[in-house]
Amino acid sequence: MWKWEVVRQVMPDILSGLVVTLEAVAGGMLLALLLGLLWAVMRRSKSHYISWPAWGVVEFVRSTPLLVQLFFVYYVMIDIVGRGFSPLMTGILVLGVHYSCYTAEVYRAGLDGIARGQWNAAKALNLTPYQTYRYVILPQAIPPILPNLGNYLIAMLKEAPLLSTITVLEILNQAKIFGNEHYRYLEPLTIVGVLFILLSLLAGLSVEWLRKRTAAMTS
Amino acid sequence: MSNLPPPLDLLPFLLQGLWYTFIITLGGCAVAIVLSVLFGVWSKSTDPILRWLSAIYITVFRGASALILLYWFYFAMPELTNIRLDAVTTGILVLGANVGAYGAEVVRASLEAVPKGQYQAAAALNLNRWQTMRYVIFPQAILSMIPPFGNLMIELLKGTALVSTITVTDLTLQGKFLRDFTHRSLEIFGLLLVIYFLLSMAITAIFRLLEHRYSQGRDYGGGN
Repeated sequence: MWKWEVVRQVMPDILSGLVVTLEAVAGGMLLALLLGLLWAVMRRSKSHYISWPAWGVVEFVRSTPLLVQLFFVYYVMIDIVGRGFSPLMTGILVLGVHYSCYTAEVYRAGLDGIARGQWNAAKALNLTPYQTYRYVILPQAIPPILPNLGNYLIAMLKEAPLLSTITVLEILNQAKIFGNEHYRYLEPLTIVGVLFILLSLLAGLSVEWLRKRTAAMTS
Repeated sequence: MSNLPPPLDLLPFLLQGLWYTFIITLGGCAVAIVLSVLFGVWSKSTDPILRWLSAIYITVFRGASALILLYWFYFAMPELTNIRLDAVTTGILVLGANVGAYGAEVVRASLEAVPKGQYQAAAALNLNRWQTMRYVIFPQAILSMIPPFGNLMIELLKGTALVSTITVTDLTLQGKFLRDFTHRSLEIFGLLLVIYFLLSMAITAIFRLLEHRYSQGRDYGGGN
C-alpha cells in the first residue's frame, strides 16, 4: 500500500534527477534546433551531393529507435574509442541529433511556406545565401512553426527518461535506484509518472498559448 | 557464432530477438487500434462520463512517457495490486496503450473532418449510432487515418526496443547480450540500426499499399 513516509524519503532524489532531465532536454533541444535547420537548408540545396546526404541522415535516424542510437554511441565510445563524453553529454548529443531529424521536417514546412517572390527579391537585391536566410527567409519562416517545434520539445521531454539506460542519473534512474535499495518501486515510479503527466500538460498548454499568439501575429 | 564473415556472423544471434520484436509490434498494433477507435469515438460522445474517461486515458498514456509507464506496470503495479503480468504482456499492453492515446487523437480528428451533413443525413435516414458510425462515418474517415497511423506504427516499432529494459529478449536485448561478451559494439549496434530501418521501411510500404487500396473509387481525399 501507499506510504507517505517513502514519498518523503525519495522526494530529494527525484527532484535532483528532475534537474538533470531538464538539463538534458535543454541541451538536446538547443542542438536539435540548430542541426534541424542545417538539415532543412541542406535539403533545399541544388547540389545532390549536399541534399541527398541530408535526406538520408534524416530518414535513417527517424526510422530507428532512440534507445539503440543511445547504445550505439555509448558503447562505441567505451569499446572502440576508449574514452569519450560523459553519459550525460552522450545523452544530450543523441537526443539532439535524433530530434533534429524531426525539427528538420518542421523547418522544411516553414521554408516551403515562403512565397517564391521573397527568394527572387533577395536575389534581385544581390544578397548572399547567408543574408537571404538570415534577414529575409528565416524571420518569416520561423514564427509560424514555433508551436510545432514546441511539440517536439514535449516529445523530447518524454523520451529523456531513456537516458537512464546509459547510467545518466536523471529522474527515472533516481527512482529506480531508490527502488533497488529499498525494495519499493510504487511511490518513486508513481511520483515520476505524475510529475511527467503534469509537466507535459503544462508544456501542452504553453504550446497552445504559443499557437494562438503566433496565429494572431502572422494572420 | 556462425561461420559467416564479420560482421554478419553476429546476425543469427541478433535475429533470435526478432520474434519478440515482431509479436510485440503486432500485438501492440492490435491494442493500439482497438483503444484508439474506442477512445476516439468516446471523445466525441454525448455522454460526459465517456468523454471524461477518454480525456483521462489520453492525458495519462500520452503524458507519462512510454518507459515510465513500462516500469510502472512492471515494477510498481504488483506492489499496489496482486496482479503481476509477465514482461511480454506488459510490453504489448503498455506500448499499445501509449500509441493508442496518440491514435485516439487521430481518430477524433478524422471523425471531425467528415462533413456535418453526413451525420445529418444518417440521422434523417433514422440510422442508430452504431449504424451511423459503421456504414456512414467510418468508411469516409478511414482514409485520412491511414497515413498518421502508419507513422504511429513506426513509433511503435521503435518503442518496442524499450521492452529490452524489462527483460524481454527482443532485438535490442540480444544486441546488449552480444555486446557484453564480444565488445564488438560498432558492428552489433550498427547492424541493429540497419535491421530496425528495414523493418520501418516494411511498415511504410504496407501502409502505402493500404492507402492505395482504400483510395480506390473515391471522389475526394484519395491519393490518386
